[in-house]
Amino acid sequence: MNEKLESIKTAELEKAAQFPHTIKVCVAAGCRSAQSELLKEALENEVNNNGQKESCRIKGVGCLGLCSAAPLVALESNGRTEAIYREVQSEDAPDIIKAVGKKPVKRLTLPLNMPFFERQVKIALENSGEIDPERIEDYIAVDGYTALYQSITEMTPSQVVDEVIRSGLRGRGGGGYPTGLKWVTVAKSEGAKRYVICNGDEGDPGAFMDRSILESDPHRILEGMALAAYAVGADEGYIYVRGEYPLAIKRLEMAIRQAKRQGILGTGIMGTTFTFNVHIRLGAGAFVCGEETALIASIEGGRGHPRPRPPYPAEMGLWGEPTLINNVETFANVPTIIRKGGAWYADIGTETSKGTKVFALAGGLVNAGLVEVPMGISLREIVDDIGGGIIGGGRCKAVQTGGPSGGCIPFDHLDTPVDYESLRKLGSIMGSGGMIVMDEDTSMIDVAKFFMEFCVDESCGKCIPCRVGTVHMYNILDDFTQGRATRHQLDLLEKLCDMVSRTSLCGLGQTAPNPVVSTLRYFRDEYLAAIKDHDNTDRIPLREAIA
Amino acid sequence: MRRYRIKTLKIDGIDIGGREDETLLDLARQNGIDIPTLCHVEGLSASGGCRMCLVEVKGSDRLLPACVTYPEEGMEVFTQTEQLVKYRKMILDLFFSERNHVCAVCVSNGHCDLQGMAARMGNTNVGVPYLTPQMSIDASHPYFLMDHNRCILCTRCVRVCREIEGAQTKGISGRGIDSRIIYDLDVEWGDSMTCTSCGKCVQVCPTGALVAKGRSVAEMTKRREFLPYLQMMRDE
Repeated sequence: MNEKLESIKTAELEKAAQFPHTIKVCVAAGCRSAQSELLKEALENEVNNNGQKESCRIKGVGCLGLCSAAPLVALESNGRTEAIYREVQSEDAPDIIKAVGKKPVKRLTLPLNMPFFERQVKIALENSGEIDPERIEDYIAVDGYTALYQSITEMTPSQVVDEVIRSGLRGRGGGGYPTGLKWVTVAKSEGAKRYVICNGDEGDPGAFMDRSILESDPHRILEGMALAAYAVGADEGYIYVRGEYPLAIKRLEMAIRQAKRQGILGTGIMGTTFTFNVHIRLGAGAFVCGEETALIASIEGGRGHPRPRPPYPAEMGLWGEPTLINNVETFANVPTIIRKGGAWYADIGTETSKGTKVFALAGGLVNAGLVEVPMGISLREIVDDIGGGIIGGGRCKAVQTGGPSGGCIPFDHLDTPVDYESLRKLGSIMGSGGMIVMDEDTSMIDVAKFFMEFCVDESCGKCIPCRVGTVHMYNILDDFTQGRATRHQLDLLEKLCDMVSRTSLCGLGQTAPNPVVSTLRYFRDEYLAAIKDHDNTDRIPLREAIA
Repeated sequence: MRRYRIKTLKIDGIDIGGREDETLLDLARQNGIDIPTLCHVEGLSASGGCRMCLVEVKGSDRLLPACVTYPEEGMEVFTQTEQLVKYRKMILDLFFSERNHVCAVCVSNGHCDLQGMAARMGNTNVGVPYLTPQMSIDASHPYFLMDHNRCILCTRCVRVCREIEGAQTKGISGRGIDSRIIYDLDVEWGDSMTCTSCGKCVQVCPTGALVAKGRSVAEMTKRREFLPYLQMMRDE
């Protein structure tokens, strides 16, 4: 290991050893909006006033996961988690500090053995809630950047690629394209220069995995990108983050600055000849910019319009050069894969889907928040065990995965294992990780309409099926919810779904009908029930009547 | 000089040899197979937005736009399958429903690519409801007129302005159904500081959206022959 990293790590661990107790306060966006910054201040004041400054330290950490119980505070004594406190207010600070080293405050504690924490397998989130995202030393203390150092000093680029191939990692942005294969393609493509891009334009309603990773562990993304750059022969990278994530942007900027100062990014990284510079680019609120060709157009300063593929960015991407573009979560897995080996990673998960996946649980669940689970776990385990079931003990009606590109999976199919192929077979997709759980009272037509409205709004307007087809589909769905739909409109809706998905230019349009198609597949009776009573079901559409 | 490889392929059962840098659309047209297009125009870069030129390729379950797809050895391309015709007709319906295309009072009546395409595809009526949006007309330019009611957002005008005239006056603002052709930073055409009044955009416009002033119903004809010449002369 690099001497510099070693000395930082030793110093950090020595410092930590001076404090028997550590109180970790979540300072990611979810808890911050529940006033966790004030809480942290209150805790710090309390420690100072009580004279416990020498024995107890207060540490701001990334996301602890259970966002529905924000703000969260974890108490660690002598390296063991003693308690996790929920919905902590500033007024609770004195009690919490008094209880340090004694029995935890009962009224605030969460059971430590609850399935929400126990059933998770953390790789991409391994440091979330553990380290201070604003300090590079904290990341180095948990062996951060050792994978990078090891790779650039002991491995050839193709060995790094091989390790990723061996891991079986697939793109976590939704498509599930084998990551190693993409890296090989970029490495072998001819170009004057190569680029690495991190896609942080997370836009699915209800999804916040990427935001949380960027806010909780920004250095992990930088390390993942640097490893990718070394593997494919790139010396420049861009992180494209949506402008709506100010905290993530701030922490990324901070992380890049810190890494440069330590010689971990920039020219001649850690005393080698490897050079890698990272820039941040901000999205201006267009969902379509998460599509890789539109994202590249946006970085180039153009309008965020997709272009037909092929040629794929791996061959012809940013400024016409071979470009590797991966999602935040994909990069987050890379440092661990290199550190522990591809074979280790491939042991987790199913035959075709390896490793873990981060999901953002939302909707009517008791425990909502961020979870990382091994591939192959069933949806029922996620909903009932980890999520704690529906609030008020109701029955779950359906689970929506994949956001506006995904579909609704009904209750009867919840035993399906979570992997790319199984979800696709059910008419949904893995997607980036948004998972919205709906109870019995949810109207599936409303759900379809909600996502279609999103697509109408977010269609870029370049190709006609998506630009106009989504509007027609939305209007029909609106008629359904208003109780004035006809049988003919149902036929038209199905035709439009087929046409838009088959003829649209990019992924946005091709998948826009999915929420409608999947609700039509499993909840057709709801659509039929919404059709006007006096409608003559035998009426023939005009065009067929003429023809 | 770059050497191009020649690929042999089949389009609609006809054996064809084509250079690797020629698109399927070029090759089909060279061989008398007319794949319908709306946003494509000879002499400008391809956009791939109108989706009329989608073709089926054996072995691929995706439909591919012929204007940006290049030949591969042994490829089998089908341009007129039942499925493709069905989609093209529906796409035309969407074009007609999007804005206010009223041929009877249009200066381009009889000389309109959209109208001609409907006649060719046999679209006699529109299968989706009209959206009838409220659109404006920009008549601020001394010679030309832009009627947004008849625009199909093919972006031919945007491309010719950028690629041939080099003025970059025209662009698109808004997104999705709110997309609209604009001049400079969304000023009226007549106020544009960059427009050279060359009129190329008017000539390439497929419909009556861009016309010369002073024409009555059905009087606006357009000439596009200049484009390939210009491009050829510049290449040399």
